[in-house]
Amino acid sequence: MAQISAENIGKRTKQEERRMMWRSVKANKACYLMLAPFMIFFIIFTVVPVVMSLPMGFTDFNMAQAPKFIGLSNYTTLFLSDKIFVKSIRVTIVFALFTGPISYILCFLLAWLINELHPKLKTVFTLIFYAPSMANVYTVWQLIFSGDMNGYVNSFLINLGLINSPVQWLTDGNYVLGVTIVVQLWISLGAGFLALRAGFQNIDRSMYEAGAIEGIKTRWQELIYIVIPSMGPQLMFAAVMQIVGSFTAGTVAQNLVGFPSTDYKAHTIMTHAFDYGWVRYEMGYASAICMILFVVMYALNKLISKVLSKYMD
Amino acid sequence: MAAAVNTAKLKASNKQAGRKVGGTVAIFIFLSLLGLFMLFPIYLTVVMSIKPVEEIFIFPPKLYAMRPTLDNFKDMFAVMHQNRVPFSRYVFNSIFVTVTVTVAQCIFASMAAFVLAKCRFPGNKFINGIIVVALLYQSNVIYIMQYIVMAKLHMIDTYWALILPSIASPMGLFLMRQSIGQVPDAMIEAAKVDGAGLFRICWQIVMPNQKPALMTLIIFAFQAAWNIQSGTVVFQEQYKTLTTVAAQAASAGLARAGVAMAVSVFTLVPPIVIFMLAQRQVIETMAHSGIKD
Repeated sequence: MAQISAENIGKRTKQEERRMMWRSVKANKACYLMLAPFMIFFIIFTVVPVVMSLPMGFTDFNMAQAPKFIGLSNYTTLFLSDKIFVKSIRVTIVFALFTGPISYILCFLLAWLINELHPKLKTVFTLIFYAPSMANVYTVWQLIFSGDMNGYVNSFLINLGLINSPVQWLTDGNYVLGVTIVVQLWISLGAGFLALRAGFQNIDRSMYEAGAIEGIKTRWQELIYIVIPSMGPQLMFAAVMQIVGSFTAGTVAQNLVGFPSTDYKAHTIMTHAFDYGWVRYEMGYASAICMILFVVMYALNKLISKVLSKYMD
Repeated sequence: MAAAVNTAKLKASNKQAGRKVGGTVAIFIFLSLLGLFMLFPIYLTVVMSIKPVEEIFIFPPKLYAMRPTLDNFKDMFAVMHQNRVPFSRYVFNSIFVTVTVTVAQCIFASMAAFVLAKCRFPGNKFINGIIVVALLYQSNVIYIMQYIVMAKLHMIDTYWALILPSIASPMGLFLMRQSIGQVPDAMIEAAKVDGAGLFRICWQIVMPNQKPALMTLIIFAFQAAWNIQSGTVVFQEQYKTLTTVAAQAASAGLARAGVAMAVSVFTLVPPIVIFMLAQRQVIETMAHSGIKD
């Protein structure tokens, strides 16, 4: 008894804390049971591979021999002597700045405008805007932007008399990034867009009715005072999807303007990782690249969720 | 005064405030124009798929087929029929894999999302954090590690390799969690007072109100499962799916452009059908939603 000092009063011992925790775990048995089916598959096929891949960035790993620990040298090489990586950072930033915010705004704007229409038209328009992200149509875009006169864009411009000879859309360094951005925007009304559409459908009708009684007069007012405040979770979901989509894009460029693209003009960080991972089999180096990308995306995600939660409350 | 209240009520019964017909027409026109741009490449894909080969590379390129033909589709099926395994086997594989993945993913993700969004228990925050990290962590090394895990579990070259890794989708869980989070706590508390267990609350009270999100998840899950590329985890012909074999039929560069277009059209049809069915459900829910805070 004499040992009770002022600072120990009110503090639980570690043992007590553990017992409390255990009791609370037992009390919530049902929660864990309902989580279990998902978590089992999630741990085996996502968590374990991710954890296994984390240390790879610090190794030299060519898939044939066992990984060799080399400390931070992958990271120092990346920033100090890999000129193409530095270039790919710039390309990724330009690419993400164009595709990310634009397609995020488009997702929301279109989801909202569609919501203003008759129910039958809603389905049709939602399908029209979502269809590109379902389709696998690199071949058709290659034909559209084809560098000879058979390309649709070229033949259209030649017929109008705007150009005299075909433009090499897919190989001219001045155009490759622009073309990639257009195609990426075209397919980017995907998961985020559909989630926002679902969010609109889930807003309770009584909210609109209450709004009308309280003097809301226009669509804009309704959007700002009723819709946006009750769409926080969907806006967050769409934001995460846009971050992932715009920062990890690489397949579009690879399929469209070739790999590597002219002068590395459409060479994103993810393309760089692909280059080292699947072409040169330097998995350690590729992991380091992906790790840097992850850190950037995570920071951005934190930032956006802060901004959104501030706005929603 | 009474008249003002009456007009307010009348407006309210008209559902939404301040809808001018002109505005709606303007929206329709704007969406239609943008929609044409969005549809153009898909329209071209369909047109190319019914063009004979010699018509694909002419100048000036035509926006329609002069002599429409189903040859490209015939070629595609012919290539798929040449394999050792009967064509029906691929159809069965695709249906089996897609349905299993979609159903399991929706059930598991809904339950987990409900618990993560609405229950407080030790580890909740931690798991929520991990889900977001998993969404953002895109590394090309993961596939190798996943392969190693599957190999250790002796799953390579079985149906399991196609089905099990796709069941737990962090994106699906995240979508459902965001949506279920909007359900008022009072509703769940009321059900608890009435003595309903968590499982019943989830399926009989929360999920019937989550049709829009659930239907969206079905679209995502179906689309992802239908497009699973089986070539890297199964090597025996009898486990390959339709989309994989169709992609094989198309892979010969621009010379096979017509067939490639036919394949694109062919693989796009089932997801669109599911999309239409699911979206109809989504839009119907709007008519009588019943959540009250």
